[in-house]
Amino acid sequence: MAEPQSPLGANFVPGNHGNAAAGIGVTLRERKGLSVIQVTAWRDAIPAMLTAIGSATGLALQNKPGLGRVAGEKSVFGFAPGRYFVVSATPDLETRLRSVISPELGTIIDLTHGRTVIRVSGPRSEWVLSKLFAIDFSEHAFPIGSGRATLHHDIHANIQRIDDESFDLYVFRTFARSFWLTLGHAAEEVGYRVE
Amino acid sequence: MIIKCPYCGPRDVIEFIYQGDATRTRPEPASDDRAAWNAYVYDRTNPSGSHSEYWLHSGGCRQHLLVTRDVSTHAISSVVFARDAAVSAKSGELA
Ligand SMILES: [Zn+2]
Repeated sequence: MAEPQSPLGANFVPGNHGNAAAGIGVTLRERKGLSVIQVTAWRDAIPAMLTAIGSATGLALQNKPGLGRVAGEKSVFGFAPGRYFVVSATPDLETRLRSVISPELGTIIDLTHGRTVIRVSGPRSEWVLSKLFAIDFSEHAFPIGSGRATLHHDIHANIQRIDDESFDLYVFRTFARSFWLTLGHAAEEVGYRVE
Repeated sequence: MIIKCPYCGPRDVIEFIYQGDATRTRPEPASDDRAAWNAYVYDRTNPSGSHSEYWLHSGGCRQHLLVTRDVSTHAISSVVFARDAAVSAKSGELA
């Protein structure tokens, strides 16, 4: 299979940037080599779909808005009724999902080549992301593992909280470089490291 | 204005697209009653106070919502999925 090329290109500059002398507020990474699959359940099949996702990934979810789970490289989260992102570094993720999800349960779309996944972590991640997205990033409103669908500058994005100070951002691949530059500008104030 | 989406929670109005008066009744697709179609497309009562309207959460879960909003204060008294409201109305649970 062809190696996907990162759209961040020459704008991915490892090292410390911005006001880093005062400390590193956030660290930015691109998560590569992932399979990103969108799974959509028919209206009456949501519980059966969650069971199927659980059997394919080991990550079982309850049927509640925005719930998700993370285990190492694997993650699952809901972002709309009956709609889930299923993500793993396993190249056969789509095959595994197809083996347990029949057309009676819903649909599967491979978004791997359409999304860029950026991990933002560090003590100022909530602060920096609040400049870009008009949602509440505090942990009581946005618990660990849960997912969101929202906008940056009128452009759709999905976000999952990984731990108390880390988030994964799923942005459209074609907007990823411009988003990356904007993210860097937003992080300059707190000092950031690109790894 | 903030709309509290039943799935996504409170979100700024910039994430939503207004989809019009929710009190209209669409004529049967095969109807050739021009007065009924004209009323459906153009006639609005333009009330002050509480108003029933559709919004699409285009910048979030992409669900159609039925919002009850006071058009003079923007106070929102109810937000439900439009699909659920339509199903309830069909099964006679709502007037
Ligand atoms: Zn929503």
